[in-house]
Amino acid sequence: MPDPSTPLLEVRDLVTAFDTDAGQVRAVDGVSFVVHKGKTLGIVGESGCGKSVTALSINRLLPKPMGKILSGQVMFEGQDLTKLSPEQMLKIRGARIGMIFQEPMTALNPLHRIGRQLSEIFLLHKTKDPREALAMSVEMLRLVGIPSPEIRVSEYPHQLSGGMRQRVVIAIALACKPALVIADEPTTALDVTIQAQILELMKNLQREMGMSIVLITHDLGVIAEVCDEVVVMYAGRIAERGPVLEIFENPKHPYTRGLLQSIPRLDSPRKVKLNTIEGMVPGLLDLPTGCRFQNRCPHKIARCAEVQPPVESVGEHHDVACHRWRELSPLEVRS
Amino acid sequence: MSEKSADQPGLPLLEIRQLKMYFPVKGGVFMTAKAQCKAVDGVSLVIRAGETLGLVGESGCGKSTLGKCIVRLNQPTSGEILFDGADLAKLSRSEMKPHRRNIQMIFQDPADSLNSRHTVGNILEEPFIVHGIGSEAERRARVSELLRTVGLPAGAAERFPFEFSGGQRQRIGIARAIALNPRLVVCDEPVSALDVSIQSQVLNLMLDLQRELKLSYLFIAHDLAVVKHISDRIVVMYLGHVVETASAEEIYRSPRHPYTRALISAIPVPNPRKHRDRIILQGDVPSPINPPSGCPFHTRCPHVQERCRVEKPALRTVATTAGIEQQVACHLDL
Repeated sequence: MPDPSTPLLEVRDLVTAFDTDAGQVRAVDGVSFVVHKGKTLGIVGESGCGKSVTALSINRLLPKPMGKILSGQVMFEGQDLTKLSPEQMLKIRGARIGMIFQEPMTALNPLHRIGRQLSEIFLLHKTKDPREALAMSVEMLRLVGIPSPEIRVSEYPHQLSGGMRQRVVIAIALACKPALVIADEPTTALDVTIQAQILELMKNLQREMGMSIVLITHDLGVIAEVCDEVVVMYAGRIAERGPVLEIFENPKHPYTRGLLQSIPRLDSPRKVKLNTIEGMVPGLLDLPTGCRFQNRCPHKIARCAEVQPPVESVGEHHDVACHRWRELSPLEVRS
Repeated sequence: MSEKSADQPGLPLLEIRQLKMYFPVKGGVFMTAKAQCKAVDGVSLVIRAGETLGLVGESGCGKSTLGKCIVRLNQPTSGEILFDGADLAKLSRSEMKPHRRNIQMIFQDPADSLNSRHTVGNILEEPFIVHGIGSEAERRARVSELLRTVGLPAGAAERFPFEFSGGQRQRIGIARAIALNPRLVVCDEPVSALDVSIQSQVLNLMLDLQRELKLSYLFIAHDLAVVKHISDRIVVMYLGHVVETASAEEIYRSPRHPYTRALISAIPVPNPRKHRDRIILQGDVPSPINPPSGCPFHTRCPHVQERCRVEKPALRTVATTAGIEQQVACHLDL
């Protein structure tokens, strides 16, 4: 379905590099995608594929001085975030773009009370009156489903459970009703019943507040559950992107297909061999020329080692970076 | 190879009876025990020869503590662990030693459980030295055989753990666990730290090894899809108690305990067309330092009744499918 309105966020050819002792490595190497208003985009991939660095680049939170954006644009609400000064970024971060981190214990300051950490964002962006900020904090905690928020505001992070802490982090991210929330593995550290609570909460809040979400995860179940669009990343590049149904039912990239086939499912037969993707992700320092997935790909041909596959359109909004996607037979998908 | 007696498949290999593991919670000026953390509170279960028993539950339910009691990394407070005619729970360190070669453990984080200052060869040789098995040359030969078995190059013996990826390190952990031909391997979250594509490689390896070496596994994990894939039977724990046990198929097809139901329904399914009605549990798991009275699950149970608050339900058999009993600890017939 073509979206008539301009996208909220458009990342174009983003290249982010880190200076290391062994030289410069490109953790993100030419990544493009769009996020529409009120929609959820999932970024999926394995450790080190560049999904978190993509998030940090959008938000300009790359560790300094090692990390920097080499090229590309991050168009958000009509401006290119890569061109903004740190001062201008301060006005956007927290106010227009909220961030939810994986580890709620490390994202919160253990020495400050919940109320102070939440008030901080209101004092930065909304009000000068600390009392009003605290009242807003209580309201925010109530909104994310924390019982007796009047008492909880004066508690410290260690007094809350993991799920409650993540609710506080969500409250901070949503405090100023941002247009975009970037959630980096928001439920990975949580138990599955708590994960269900948090995902439900995020969906409900999105319905109420209408924000867009960029959800970074390695869990294909979470992607299927909450996302509208999916970007599959591999070794710093986009392997495939498209609407969630397309990615799960008509995957074109051998990596996406391999991932979908290798996860054990509750309704699949027991104790049989799982499909695997042999080998492992190449290190960013010794990337092969051509396709980065070639050493693990069952469909590799000579061309894959020579030419980097371009991102080609498979169908409406569905793109893949593979030389051989046309030849691959449809994947049998389990119901 | 060891002189292990062939275990008759299906017969009980290890039996746990009323196992309790209470940790003292210390505080105050003199660090005296102020309370007890009831991590495992009266668990009974049987692991049969050649089977994989899956143990699932959320953080803090006592599943890892139980695994550590079996290999005696924890000294249980009370209860019995019957293995090979002995009660492991009561043995001294030296009495325990001959049993250790039969019961081995694979840990969650291979980065933490391998000594970073030893070469992989030394790490794998150590079990043989500890148990006084073989000459140096024989041990070396066995180490390279082990590396081959778990799919690592022979040159790996000269290298250090940090030179390997997470998946390869877990293979080293597995090689160490199977070095002495154990009969039971306690696997504590062996694949949770691994990426999806690596996870399936390691699960396949574990299935192969089980077939070849006739191993029994106690497979502890929180990911029910993974546990169901590898297990024959599954035990569900909540707050130090067993709440349900059944065959892997049955527990998924017809879970009887409200907690098992919620746990299964909470798993995100990798299928965007399937949007089930989910049972979302309210609140958090209570603290094992101050567990609720009656049924441990009553504070979050959607079906809670007055009786649940006062009376602790015992495990009872509700069905038997293909010779495997389904037991559930719930007052209600759901």
